Amino acid sequence: MTITVNDKIVEAKANETVLDVLTREGIKVPTLCHLKDMLPTGACRMCVVEDMDSGNLITSCSSTAYDGLNIKTHSPRVTESRKMITELLLSNHPDDCLYCVRNMNCELQNLSNDLCVTERRISGLKNKLPIDRTSASIIRDPEKCILCGRCVRVCEEVMDVACIDFVGRGNKTIVSTAFHNGLNVTSCINCGQCIAVCPTGALTEQNHFTEIKEALQDKTKTVVIQYAPAITVSIAEEFGMPYGEDVNGIMNAAIRKMGFDYVFDTSFGADLTIMEESAELVDRVLNGGKLPLITSCCPGWVKYAEQTAPDFIDNLSSCKSPAQMQGAITKSHFANTQNIKHEDIYSVSIMPCTAKKFEAQRKEMTQNGISDIDAVLTTREFVKLIKMYGIDLISLNPEIADNPLGTRSSAGKLFGATGGVAEAAIRTAYHRITGEDLIEFKIPALRCLKGRKETKVKIGDLELGVAVVNGMSNARELLDEIRNGRDDIHFIEIMACPGGCVGGGGQPINLDPEAVRKRMLTLYDIDNKDSIKASHNNPYIQKLYRDFLGEPLSEISHKLLHTHYEKRDVIL
Amino acid sequence: MTSEVLTKYPEVGRDSLIPILQDIQDVEGWLSEESLSEVGRHLNLPVSKIYGVATFYNQFRFQPKGKYHVQICRGTACHVLGSSNVQKKLEQLLKVKADETTKDGKFSLEVVACIGACGLAPVISVNGKFHAKVTPDSIKKIIKSYKSKKDD
Repeated sequence: MTITVNDKIVEAKANETVLDVLTREGIKVPTLCHLKDMLPTGACRMCVVEDMDSGNLITSCSSTAYDGLNIKTHSPRVTESRKMITELLLSNHPDDCLYCVRNMNCELQNLSNDLCVTERRISGLKNKLPIDRTSASIIRDPEKCILCGRCVRVCEEVMDVACIDFVGRGNKTIVSTAFHNGLNVTSCINCGQCIAVCPTGALTEQNHFTEIKEALQDKTKTVVIQYAPAITVSIAEEFGMPYGEDVNGIMNAAIRKMGFDYVFDTSFGADLTIMEESAELVDRVLNGGKLPLITSCCPGWVKYAEQTAPDFIDNLSSCKSPAQMQGAITKSHFANTQNIKHEDIYSVSIMPCTAKKFEAQRKEMTQNGISDIDAVLTTREFVKLIKMYGIDLISLNPEIADNPLGTRSSAGKLFGATGGVAEAAIRTAYHRITGEDLIEFKIPALRCLKGRKETKVKIGDLELGVAVVNGMSNARELLDEIRNGRDDIHFIEIMACPGGCVGGGGQPINLDPEAVRKRMLTLYDIDNKDSIKASHNNPYIQKLYRDFLGEPLSEISHKLLHTHYEKRDVIL
Repeated sequence: MTSEVLTKYPEVGRDSLIPILQDIQDVEGWLSEESLSEVGRHLNLPVSKIYGVATFYNQFRFQPKGKYHVQICRGTACHVLGSSNVQKKLEQLLKVKADETTKDGKFSLEVVACIGACGLAPVISVNGKFHAKVTPDSIKKIIKSYKSKKDD
């Protein structure tokens, strides 16, 4: 089948949208509401092209290509129409680009630039709406919202949360929660996927720059920082390097330049999680505990479970997340060995995640009233901080993280991608049951960006059923199967964000799926090359158990590294 | 009361949402957060979706009606004869916006399209009693008379 695009004949496949054809042909058609792999809505009208036969403007995102279609993508009528829409969107948009967190990274700003909007021709009534700052993670500024509906769709279709929707009608329509409640009392799981797809600055994260900068200035504080496995493979693109490049070494150096006293790697915490979680798994499998065991690393999923799937709370691993385990060890064993008072440590984490901000302030994540983690930076904020401190990342010499909480196995590093926790847990569970290491570490069935993966692993006589899901809608499907009696799965890894943490809601704003894929591939590459491939072989983990924790699931482990979850009442 | 309404709708889907909401409003006079949550559980729909649908239609209210329910007609004839100023004055006097209820629960204000009394324009109705040819000045007296009314 062929269509005519700008007087040239172009091949098109059946059931392909016009937009898909144009993208493949290298013709950039602007869109504000389009999201790849999701049903089109045609809401923003930005992607219109001129149908030369009917003379109509059609939305390329929601029109299927058909044989003989004849369109122009940049005719005067089309560009005028796009420009007019942009001007109308700007007519009631706040004029505060310079102060906006999305300045220079805003789709509306870019469009207005591309379409040469140089004056305000249309001045509309500004809608005065309050900013919602109630959430520990996410700030909503309805005045900057252009009603594209991406956040609404992601929240409902990918995350199965649907705490926001279009409210009202006509020019009074806004995106809001039920009864305009604060996000903190809604079913929002703080995943931040709404921020990741928002074309403007209507959705941003709560930031703690001031507190962190103050702590760095405070001579009485020992400021400790840890970074999640996904961070080192996610910031390169923000500094002009290719997607997914691992910049661990220069990142360590940059963090020290900012004045942090200790640089730790959360992948160590991930190793620790694996020690505890695989022990829990083996215990439940061998001693008839509640199965399947479901991971609890992802604070988005944990909140979803508490409010939407409380019947699975007993299935949740009692392990805290790697970051929180690391935070707990930092303010206990590490502080003691360094003779630092617990309250004199200021503990920061860099996470690809906005829900971690929520997690860090949970009351379960404290010891004697002191938070295990004091401030959480998203990847985006970390990049900002590097720039704020005037650090030329590329010119730095690589450095290694501090010990004892900076040495990791590559299993811990794998946590950054969907399926990574499952792979890491299997490696250590295998060792725990058989006393030997796996011969082939890699589990190819768990290695891709698919929303749902399953496999069976032979451990001695046991056939361990493992499932991995990302995106809460996929999780819901799987949980429904289990509710309906499926019992061949022993272990489930659930991550809220598509692709796992590499696709997290705190990552650099980038709708290109290639970015997420490249980050994942780098993690696999690191796993291929590293010599320590299993958490239990990490010498510093072994030392921590020898010196302090004793055994996995020991009393002290339970006190510091485990927690419990309860049903949570929210507006569903 | 919401649960009683819902018993009339066993095993229905989301297409029954609007009739259910209308029924609840008939019984309770308005749609509360608790009611919508209950409807959500019944239809397996998120409350935000229900609220989104309900706020699309003018007929639904999200605050209980006041003791005196004031409807101001904003139809064509009333508009031409100055009902917009009457509405402004009403909002100023009662310190509420359209579709809101005063804090003491005494008055609620609703804007309606046309009550079919164009000959009396501009017209307001208080608990069904019509007041004809109102002006920003006369409205003051009318509201005052209801404010000072003893319980009847």
